Amino acid sequence: MIEILLFAQLQEDAGTDKLLIDGDGWTVKKLKNQLITQYQLLQVEQSMVAINEAYALDSDEIHSGDIVAIIPPVSGG
Amino acid sequence: MNEKLFEVVEKPISVQEMIKKVERREAGAITTFIGTVREFTKGKRTIYLEYQAYIPMAEKMLAKIGEEVRRNWPHTEIAISHRIGKLDISESAVVIVVSSPHRKAAYQANEYAIERIKEMVPIWKKERWEDGEEWVGNQLENISYPTGKPEIKEGINND
Repeated sequence: MIEILLFAQLQEDAGTDKLLIDGDGWTVKKLKNQLITQYQLLQVEQSMVAINEAYALDSDEIHSGDIVAIIPPVSGG
Repeated sequence: MNEKLFEVVEKPISVQEMIKKVERREAGAITTFIGTVREFTKGKRTIYLEYQAYIPMAEKMLAKIGEEVRRNWPHTEIAISHRIGKLDISESAVVIVVSSPHRKAAYQANEYAIERIKEMVPIWKKERWEDGEEWVGNQLENISYPTGKPEIKEGINND
């Protein structure tokens, strides 16, 4: 299982700050599609994904033990 | 004394302590940028802001911005603190300090750092108004149409 961290609006939409997903070997793109279609987290479309605290590409793979975070558009500063 | 140069904090930020982190004998200039909570945004009154961060990654990204600054402006030193949690109007959300032998690099590096923070550091703010609240950066907010549809501005050539 892979722990998916959620923040800001996404956290409120999902009603939780983390999801457990059985997605070993998935690409980032597949993960995003699953979150949009299965969990109705539409803001994932505009979000970045971080694997182990570094921004990832759509083609990168996620594996068990990775810390995966969905990063909606940031608004710090 | 706290010597962490790049951090996300929950307590108020002391600008004086930030300055101490970059003070040194070679410096001829120290610039400070303080990002504060603004009361009115586009005519709408904010009651308070709430910041959230993905703390370990945010601190890594702040440190990465620090590396970029030192690479682009050699001989500068930089420290950045970003506060999270509930902030009232006029409180400091972010403080950036840069020291440099000469002022131009200190000004430029400081501006570069705040622009990069707004692009890539995983920190989010929620605006609390008299009649509601919303996470900023939410695309629904960014593309909301007050009249219910996109307005075509006259006089702008759209080709």
